[in-house]
Amino acid sequence: MTEVAVTEQTAVDAATGTPLLTVENLRISFGKTEVVKGISFSTRLGRCLAIVGESGSGKSVTARTLVGLTGPDSHVQADQIDLAGVDLTRQSERSWRAIRGRQIGFILQDALASLDQLRRVGDEIAEPLKVHGWGTRASRRRKAVELLSSVGVPEPEVKARQRPYELSGGLRQRALIASAIALDPKLIVADEPTTALDVTIQAQVLDLLADSKARGTSIILISHDLSVVARLADEVVVMREGEVVEHGPAHQVLHEPRHEYTQALLDAIPSEHTRGTRLVRPAGAAPGGTTPPYRPAKPDVGENVVRRSRKPIDRDRAVLQARHITQVFRGPDKVDRTVVDDVSFELFAGETVGIVGESGSGKTTTARIALSLLHPTSGEVLLHGQPWSTLSTSQRKPLRKRIGVIYQDPLSSFDPRWPVGRILTDALSTGSRPPSSRAEARARAIRLLEQVGLAEHHMASAPLRLSGGQRQRVSIARALAPEPEVIVCDEPVSALDVSIQAQVLDLLTDLQDELGVSYLFISHDLGVIHHMSDRILVMKEGRVVEAGHADEVFERPRDPYTRRLLTALPRLAQA
Amino acid sequence: MSTVGEAAVPAASRRPSARRGARTARQILVKVVSAVLVLVAAASVTFFAQLLVPGNRATAILNEQTGRAQLWTPAQLAPVNREFGFDKPLIVQYLNYVGGLFHGNLGTSYTQYRPVTQVIGAELMPSLELTGAALVAAWVLALAVILLTAKRGRFVTALGSTWEALTASLPTYWVGVVLLVVFAVEIRIFPVIGGTSAWGTVLPVLTLAIPLAGFLGQVTRDEFEKVLDQPFITTARTRGMGDTAVRLKHALRHSVLPAITLSGWAMGALISGAVIAENVYGRPGIGQVLVNAVNTRDVPTVSGIVLVVAGVYVIANLLVDIAYALVDPRLRAS
Amino acid sequence: MSSISFPRAGALARLGNVRIRVRPGTAVPLLIVLLVTVAAVAPGVLTHRSPTAIDIEHTLLPPSLSHPFGTDDSGRDLYTRVIYGARESLGIGLGATGLAMSIALLLGFIAGLAGGLIDVLINRILEVAFAFPVLLLALLLIAIYGPSLTTEIIAVGIGSAPGYARMVRGQVLNVRKAAYVEAAAALGHSRWAVIRRHLFPNAMRPLVAMITLGVGQSIVWASGLAFLGLGVAPPSPEWGALLDSGREYITTQWWLEVMPGLVIVLVALSITSLGRTLQHRLEGAAR
Repeated sequence: MTEVAVTEQTAVDAATGTPLLTVENLRISFGKTEVVKGISFSTRLGRCLAIVGESGSGKSVTARTLVGLTGPDSHVQADQIDLAGVDLTRQSERSWRAIRGRQIGFILQDALASLDQLRRVGDEIAEPLKVHGWGTRASRRRKAVELLSSVGVPEPEVKARQRPYELSGGLRQRALIASAIALDPKLIVADEPTTALDVTIQAQVLDLLADSKARGTSIILISHDLSVVARLADEVVVMREGEVVEHGPAHQVLHEPRHEYTQALLDAIPSEHTRGTRLVRPAGAAPGGTTPPYRPAKPDVGENVVRRSRKPIDRDRAVLQARHITQVFRGPDKVDRTVVDDVSFELFAGETVGIVGESGSGKTTTARIALSLLHPTSGEVLLHGQPWSTLSTSQRKPLRKRIGVIYQDPLSSFDPRWPVGRILTDALSTGSRPPSSRAEARARAIRLLEQVGLAEHHMASAPLRLSGGQRQRVSIARALAPEPEVIVCDEPVSALDVSIQAQVLDLLTDLQDELGVSYLFISHDLGVIHHMSDRILVMKEGRVVEAGHADEVFERPRDPYTRRLLTALPRLAQA
Repeated sequence: MSTVGEAAVPAASRRPSARRGARTARQILVKVVSAVLVLVAAASVTFFAQLLVPGNRATAILNEQTGRAQLWTPAQLAPVNREFGFDKPLIVQYLNYVGGLFHGNLGTSYTQYRPVTQVIGAELMPSLELTGAALVAAWVLALAVILLTAKRGRFVTALGSTWEALTASLPTYWVGVVLLVVFAVEIRIFPVIGGTSAWGTVLPVLTLAIPLAGFLGQVTRDEFEKVLDQPFITTARTRGMGDTAVRLKHALRHSVLPAITLSGWAMGALISGAVIAENVYGRPGIGQVLVNAVNTRDVPTVSGIVLVVAGVYVIANLLVDIAYALVDPRLRAS
Repeated sequence: MSSISFPRAGALARLGNVRIRVRPGTAVPLLIVLLVTVAAVAPGVLTHRSPTAIDIEHTLLPPSLSHPFGTDDSGRDLYTRVIYGARESLGIGLGATGLAMSIALLLGFIAGLAGGLIDVLINRILEVAFAFPVLLLALLLIAIYGPSLTTEIIAVGIGSAPGYARMVRGQVLNVRKAAYVEAAAALGHSRWAVIRRHLFPNAMRPLVAMITLGVGQSIVWASGLAFLGLGVAPPSPEWGALLDSGREYITTQWWLEVMPGLVIVLVALSITSLGRTLQHRLEGAAR
């Protein structure tokens, strides 16, 4: 079979605007539940259509339906799904096999899970060629190396013989993209291709997709991240609970949205513009949760900004001090790895210090050392000016109530047998004023729930039955129970949808305004860090490469790594 | 694993693979030494077991020989003590025993007054053949059931996993008896007493293979279904790969890993099953020797057989370990 | 057995905060286990005959309405003998499992909690123990001490312990690295408090399935020994003994061998299946 190349005709199509893919009134249901309720969109060659939404919006299911992989027990109906004249609603499993990989390429997220770890990278990339009967074994091997090179992987012959886990995260993702574009399909569907990637790698992946677009491929980009979308999309579709709430050119949707939901989504993005304010505006209802009717967004968004009312930061009282902490781990291959290298910082009362870094930067290890859950190889941590890391476990016990922690995955930090009520009363019992009776414990637990925006009936709930946002609120309530002065937040919002993230961040800032609690806030998300922090530490490979006031670090970065991070950061303004 | 074109690999990348090769060799050496140590420990246990015989060993031997239970005079016990080396200090006996193992000496039978190795002798081979054939048959059965029934609609899947659950818990003698009654006595396809002939081995092999296939199948199926949900399977489908190809080329390799590990353990279980199967079918093998030895309280023979089985188990596990490292190169890197 | 599910709910029962809906897939094993328990506790309920009643005129009869399992070479009703054998057989199963679990819990917890050198040591011991299959170990003990009920129980108990010990150890290790264990330490609970409140209860959760698996397996092992003629002495109606005495009649009066075997298989399967179902329910409710 010959390769499908962008012919002159299709180039003309791109110019004149003949759609490549047309979807009309797509409805998808699983059993009795309708997850996509009649959406329509179309895309052209050389253009990128982004489908944006939160969990439950139906965007991923839509993406998979475009390659006929909706899933078991699904029922797909549409007035039209047309790909350059081919009716995709009438395909058998057999005929789909000719289309997948050849006419449509699909990119999943996280190459570590999306590539077969037991096979060589070269074989994985050559697989679509093989499946569609392209070339010979030798020519396929050569082509795989060529493809690796075209996506910017250095030493492609070597890498082709390695296995995915041997490659770094960025190279892996490029290899995944290479396998999707192997047969040069006209349409590429990318389902969250940049989620869980470091910012710098994210930028590289987006560059690759932009290259494909420039060569004339049509791209459908699924993402929950509006700033990522801004970088690449020409057209944006916003979905909520199976319906399209907004659809238009990227510049318009992202800067002058017409629907309130879109506006709320945009408002919810933490960044330098949102510092000192609450992310969720009271005038429009929060995007997650209730479903308000369509209302045009307010034209001047500056009106609804709610500023925080903070207590002043007490720079005479350092609640947490880290002095030259270093952590060296010895791996199974007897190689010493310095995970944290001479890190020092101070956290004052009422302040938020953010630690930002990519994976492998040592920020999580630093957090655990700050909590004294890990003993540093050298250096010390002081809590309220008193020795903390140098104490013995039993000496530390009475001081533990003065420092709390919120984890990235709250569910695994709860005992699976305990309901919310027990989690909270257990935490209360470790504080400085343990409840003297069951009734008091219960009453205080309920007050904690209310403080974090939950209700009394949640006391009996099993955490498994709560949503991600609700679980994190319980996690916050638990951290607050012993009334600590410091809370270490280890990527507390990374796993949440944008709107829920906004609510949780607002909760954290509200609590800080009300109680004066200090936060050591760890995240890889620069926007979140900029929004939350007073001062920032930038970590790379265990060292602090830059430290200072938030605005300083972000607007006048001194270290080249920080500058690289900031340049790679996708911004809404790029649309 | 060198491939064509390795010579073209630039020097910078040759070093890591050479390092990996040396590391693998070291890992294998460690495993071999470890296996030997386990065998020595097992031998110590069987030696200790022989000391547990109630009363005086020489007395027990003479009692068993003569069929009388009485106290014997030292003069009568002395030749027995000399014959079996009971008069030497314990530590010497121990060292002789363990040392003897490396020379293929498993001790002397209490009842037959000849080396245990002779007693076991030719009977070992038929049992090992039976066991080996059963392992292969079990794998074939298990894989067939899984490939046909995993994730193919609720009814078919439930059928497959129910079959596995049922067969996995069946006792060997039960399967043996049923197969014998049905296929040899009632429907006379197979001989009732088949000796070591190929045709006569079919039923005993099936007797051992069916329950093991059920067990391996359960483990592999669980893994298979988990694997089929993984993202890389979806990626393969998006390339245009058909369902069967996806199962064979991608999912299978991942899902057989736990079952491979279990195959080592399975060898031990199979041999005990073989003892029973030989009993049911009257097939020659160590089963008969073993039961006789137990009945006559011939502890060294029983110990000897137990040790041989332990040896087979340890070697099988060693091979499995090495095979596993070859199938899953992720382990080679660690 | 519980994998085929028909969504019609039977009875609803409450067990703590676990709802048990009884489906046909669960009902059958439950029924069998109940019957066996009744047979063990009050055999007279299920049969009016005596297990030792000899009737020379009705020997070696095939199964019929009056003799559901047929009669043996002394004219004794096989069904009755099976019913009366339940007590001993279940007793062996429970005894051996009790012993095995005690050893397994002890070793598994110590290894999992202590870590370091102790864990390595116990692991090595287990590795050696695995080289001895249950049946062969039992045969070794019987060769030393002679066949008896106690020997059987001890042999099967010790022989099956290593497998369970490894399961327990694995579970303890899993729980140890769970985030909620660390979270509890971060709150300020002492090490013992964390073990008592989190580690122990969570590590013990698969215990139900393990115990039932153990009882089922032990009954099978014990009967295997008896099949080889090395179990409890006749005229005990213990199931394994019935297997042993039925062996010479396999080719002619097959029911003497197949029936007791069938009962053993059904009981073992039912116990195991029930245990697994119970395990799934407990885990589903808690997780």
